[in-house]
Amino acid sequence: MERLAGAGVSPGAGYGPAYVMSGAVQEPAPGTRHDGDPAAEAVRAAAAMERVAAELEARGEAAGGDAKDVLAAQAMIARDPALSTDVTTLIGAGTAAERAVFEAFLHYRDILSGIGGYLGARVADLDDIRDRVIAELAGVPMPGLPRPAGRPYVLVARDLAPADTALLSPDVVAAFVTEEGGPTGHTAILARAMGVPAVVACPGAASIAPGTPLLVDGATGVVRVAPSREEVTATLRAAREVVPVMPAAPAPGATSDGHPVALLANIGGPGDVPSALRHGAEGVGLYRTELLFLDRGEAPSEEEQIAAYRQVLTAFPGRTVTVRVLDAGADKPLSFLPPPGREPNPALGRRGLRVLRAYPDVLAVQLRALARAAAGTSAVLRVMAPMVATAEDASWFAAACEEAGLTCAGVMIEVPAAALRAADIAAVAGFLSVGTNDLAQYAFAADREAGALAALQDPWQPALLDLVAMAAAAGVPCGVCGEAGADPALACVLAGLGVSSLSMTARALPWVRAALARHTLEQCRAAAAAARAARTPGEARAAARDRLPGLA
Amino acid sequence: MPERKVIVESQVGLHARPAATFVQTAAKAAIDVTVAKPGGEPVSAKSILSILALDVRHGEAIVIHAEGDGAERLLDELAAIVSVP
Repeated sequence: MERLAGAGVSPGAGYGPAYVMSGAVQEPAPGTRHDGDPAAEAVRAAAAMERVAAELEARGEAAGGDAKDVLAAQAMIARDPALSTDVTTLIGAGTAAERAVFEAFLHYRDILSGIGGYLGARVADLDDIRDRVIAELAGVPMPGLPRPAGRPYVLVARDLAPADTALLSPDVVAAFVTEEGGPTGHTAILARAMGVPAVVACPGAASIAPGTPLLVDGATGVVRVAPSREEVTATLRAAREVVPVMPAAPAPGATSDGHPVALLANIGGPGDVPSALRHGAEGVGLYRTELLFLDRGEAPSEEEQIAAYRQVLTAFPGRTVTVRVLDAGADKPLSFLPPPGREPNPALGRRGLRVLRAYPDVLAVQLRALARAAAGTSAVLRVMAPMVATAEDASWFAAACEEAGLTCAGVMIEVPAAALRAADIAAVAGFLSVGTNDLAQYAFAADREAGALAALQDPWQPALLDLVAMAAAAGVPCGVCGEAGADPALACVLAGLGVSSLSMTARALPWVRAALARHTLEQCRAAAAAARAARTPGEARAAARDRLPGLA
Repeated sequence: MPERKVIVESQVGLHARPAATFVQTAAKAAIDVTVAKPGGEPVSAKSILSILALDVRHGEAIVIHAEGDGAERLLDELAAIVSVP
């Protein structure tokens, strides 16, 4: 029996027939000509482009949220007048519609990939739209997903595009397997959010024959091809045992020998509270308040802020609610908080606390709103600042909190300097919270949006673990609120490093709770030491897993 | 000649969401609208691909041109979109 191995990025096990996503539609042969009426051929091409645009738009509408914007932009490309002029011109010269579409796209494809960077990365989107139009014209099946099948399938692809994944649900997909992709990539995050097992970076996946039964273990990263019935039963049963049925009030997160590790939820606003409660969050580890501020001409009023904060605070009586003050700048620019001038590298510019130091009134209003929202509730409000680089930053923030009557001021550790001098920061901060995604970005000088640098964003990078260890040893409670905490094995390692709480997307909580409950603190510490002693992320992961038998 | 020279203030330049908003607004108008870099070849403001291919970065100037009914108002609207940081 054949067996493939990749990186398990979303735990659980899934079994079903492989649905292999077709790669690119075949290129229409150069020189293919239509036989006759260019006007009719042009109409045929235009109709195909419009049908594709309408379908992309409809998918976006159905999916909502970010997917809607992404797909609306793709529909705009399919309806692009310059593109359609190029197609018509080529058809006028005798080229068949399929080939004309291919060549018209090729023109823009070359320009964008020549520019590189953000635009270079859009080339995959162009190819996807082009293939859809050509498939439409040729009357061949559309690249992408099948209609909902009778039973869930295992989706196998080289990589997955947002257009493909936006509408998926666990009812349709038993598991994801991709040949490419990384642990913080789109597929991994999406799969964890959906609660679907996923294995990425799995060599050989894309050559699996369609329809082959696959058994996917999203914790170990093992994909078994045509497994025996016994094997399927055993693996699915084991996975179910790791994912306990959620009791009404789950026990607090802890290792098997009772060392507590608070399991908290990351939320963006009151709308995320029900999911956090349903998945047994003990509180909130990261309330990103920026959603209240984005896409507006001015800051929300104090009253409006109080209402939003109070909704969250009252949902967690007696529990911890950790609020991150406005994190603007870089990829989240706000028109009413303009940067001092042109910033050649916004990610290294005025963002997070740096913005608030330039606009202290905005922070003062937010802190006052938080203090007023907490008054009369029993929630334990903690407030923390993003993008703190120095102990001086932390003192400034603590003073602002004190001024507003807030007693628990903490600091996000996202900048390597802050991790290195975490002890100095701990002298003025009540707690620390490590944002692993940004910390990796700055530690490795690798833009978190740059797919080509995904290996440097791997949360198992030993250098990142070293920085987390420094923060965890600083002498005040230290949590992790980045993506890293949602990986059950890494969660055990973080606990072993001395991290006292883990905050994550709510759906990952049951797995992390189960993983912690299957290991002693000593095992977690041994796994942490082994991971830090490794030289590469792959070796770190393997070394840690060897010491975490409950995850096998 | 109805024309505006504006500095693109969006941090991401005339890419991503600002580009989409810009093109959507231009596409709603019945009249022709073009965009060029100063001294460069104008392209249709209704074409997202042409706009992206111009590769306008944060802090760069663009010249927007339109003629016909409602040109002034449309130009004001488009200039406002790119002036948002």
